Amino acid sequence: MHADTGFQSRKAAALAAFEGLASEPGVPKPDPILVVDNVVRRFGGLTAVDVAHLEVQRGSITALIGPNGAGKTTFFNQLTGFDTADAGEWTFNGRKMSGVPAYKVARQGMVRTFQLTKALSKLTVVENMRLGAQRQRGENFFAGLIPQLWRGQESLITSEAEELLTRFKLIAKRDDFAGSLSGGQRKLLEMARALMGNPELVMLDEPMAGVNPALTQSLLGHVKNLREEGMTVLFVEHDMDMVRDISDWVIVMAQGAVIAEGPPHTIMSDPRVIDAYLGAHHDAPLSAEEAEQQLHEAEAELTAEADQTGMDGNSRKESGDERG
Amino acid sequence: MDWFLIFSRAFEAGIGSEAIIYCLAAIGLNVQFGYTGLLNFGQAAFLAVGAYSIATTVATFGLPFFLGVGIGLVLSVLLALLLGIPTLRLRADYLAIVTIAAAEIVRIIVRSVALKDTFGGTDGLQEFAHSFYALNVFPAGQYSILGGFIGFDHRGMWVLLVGWVLVALVSVILLFAMKSPWGRVLKAIREDEDAVRALGKNVFSYKMQALVIGGVIGAVAGFIFALSRSSAQPDLYSTELTFFAYTVLILGGAARILGPIVGAALFWFLMIFVKTGLEEAINKQVITFLNVNQVGAIQYMIIGLGLILLLIFRPQGIFGDKREIALDAR
Ligand SMILES: Nc1ncnc2c1ncn2[C@@H]1O[C@H](COP(=O)(O)OP(=O)(O)O)[C@@H](O)[C@H]1O
Ligand SMILES: [Mg+2]
Repeated sequence: MHADTGFQSRKAAALAAFEGLASEPGVPKPDPILVVDNVVRRFGGLTAVDVAHLEVQRGSITALIGPNGAGKTTFFNQLTGFDTADAGEWTFNGRKMSGVPAYKVARQGMVRTFQLTKALSKLTVVENMRLGAQRQRGENFFAGLIPQLWRGQESLITSEAEELLTRFKLIAKRDDFAGSLSGGQRKLLEMARALMGNPELVMLDEPMAGVNPALTQSLLGHVKNLREEGMTVLFVEHDMDMVRDISDWVIVMAQGAVIAEGPPHTIMSDPRVIDAYLGAHHDAPLSAEEAEQQLHEAEAELTAEADQTGMDGNSRKESGDERG
Repeated sequence: MDWFLIFSRAFEAGIGSEAIIYCLAAIGLNVQFGYTGLLNFGQAAFLAVGAYSIATTVATFGLPFFLGVGIGLVLSVLLALLLGIPTLRLRADYLAIVTIAAAEIVRIIVRSVALKDTFGGTDGLQEFAHSFYALNVFPAGQYSILGGFIGFDHRGMWVLLVGWVLVALVSVILLFAMKSPWGRVLKAIREDEDAVRALGKNVFSYKMQALVIGGVIGAVAGFIFALSRSSAQPDLYSTELTFFAYTVLILGGAARILGPIVGAALFWFLMIFVKTGLEEAINKQVITFLNVNQVGAIQYMIIGLGLILLLIFRPQGIFGDKREIALDAR
């Protein structure tokens, strides 16, 4: 549905916005949709997130990368109201979002997906999709009792859902339980479902993790499409090839802080980034302090993993093991 | 052995007031647990609130019967809010712990010596059901159903009529509710509440609604409990009642409208079938190694064994969807 020229122009516009920006953490963007200030989240003695300043450019695809345990998921959780930050403020479209509960954040147009896919297994695929639609009259108990009040809206929602399912190649699975889908299809469903709410900012936590290579290409295509439709995408990804392929701008986190930002083709040569990534795979002999710090980190990680209440305390299992 | 007696007793129990009471209690749990995934282990408290609201209003304070009904409904809403506000934002098990404790607290309050003048202590309250039976549409007498196979007196008939009409009414309302987008949100919360939050739904509010609706239905079960016996006795509202209601729900199939209805009828049919059957067998010397006093214990063993077998061979209950259970194993 998008002409090639349109495709090019959105991407070009996004790239133009980043033209000449300094590769400094927290560099101001021309038209930020999300502005974050001094967000801190501690788990006991561990500072999982400590972001001084961050802006996300509207209409762009921004990648958030960083070694495992850098705090990317925790940062997502703070921004989307799934976890309470110890400190900090952030605004979405100029509106203050800190302290706003998760469901209100989503209603404002800032939706997220989860690193561990949350398909609602015992709902059919199309019911999953319908659930994503906002302002449904039938979601009120009393109105729900009178089908006449919501049937019309429901069929509009259903055709919207079918359109998205067709686009995401899930239409054949329309009436199957979501639990019967493959891992990659669940990721697709979760993304499609998030789009039912017509979000402005889509935050994807490792959308490609665990997806087989045949599906990654189509997932990448869908992510690019979101930008073409005017949405802003902020996504976490490990695979640098994919990041280079689809992102307009890259933000690098390490140990809770944003350590660098920049265009995808140069960011990996930034010494701070090399440090952050190589730091995790240290070949050189460790100093005593470093060894001790790594020990502490490993311990913290183990406790986090044991803690079942965490948002995705054991999510690292799925996403590989850069930290080694 | 008098098989006619055994079957007619069992059938009477299967459609009788126990079946109605446990059916309504289980319908309430179905909204909370079956559809929303909330573990309310204090359903007995909601029945007690219903029963004692009528009993206290009429017997203690001499106020009108229907005021008691109204008070029961309002108090059950308040109890649900009281239990839900501190716990529904926390992990699922907190609600279970708080509700099981709350049910005991309610029972201990109504049986306390200090409040004997209000709630009647361990004897409970009587003399409050006149207004209910005054509305009876059945003239005094015995009524036989199915050509004399089973029978009830006019009071029993009135309880059955009112009770099953209430069951039907509540079930139809829930049928519509669960087919609506509202019901879809509940089922989604049962699966994964964070996913539902991420889609912009106020999960806390929906869980609270489920708790309130299930609790109100529990109070209605309590009305029938008290009225059918013309008596409200504290120790009938013990945790055992809640667990039997869960048994009924799981037997019939959770998250199915017909689940609690069939579950309750079957549960009480089997309970009395086994009990009367054993008693008959002992009395007629068919079974000689047991005596009548042991029937109560054996009855529960047999029913328990049956339930275990059911869960092994048909874990989804009678009406459950096997495909859904299969998904859990993935
Ligand atoms: N619920 C939690 N309790 C304790 N520690 C946690 C919790 N969630 C995350 N952490 C810790 O915070 C750090 C950041 O984790 P996370 O945000 O998952 O990293 P990333 O998504 O970048 O891999 C890790 O060290 C992790 O162990
Ligand atoms: Mg993560």
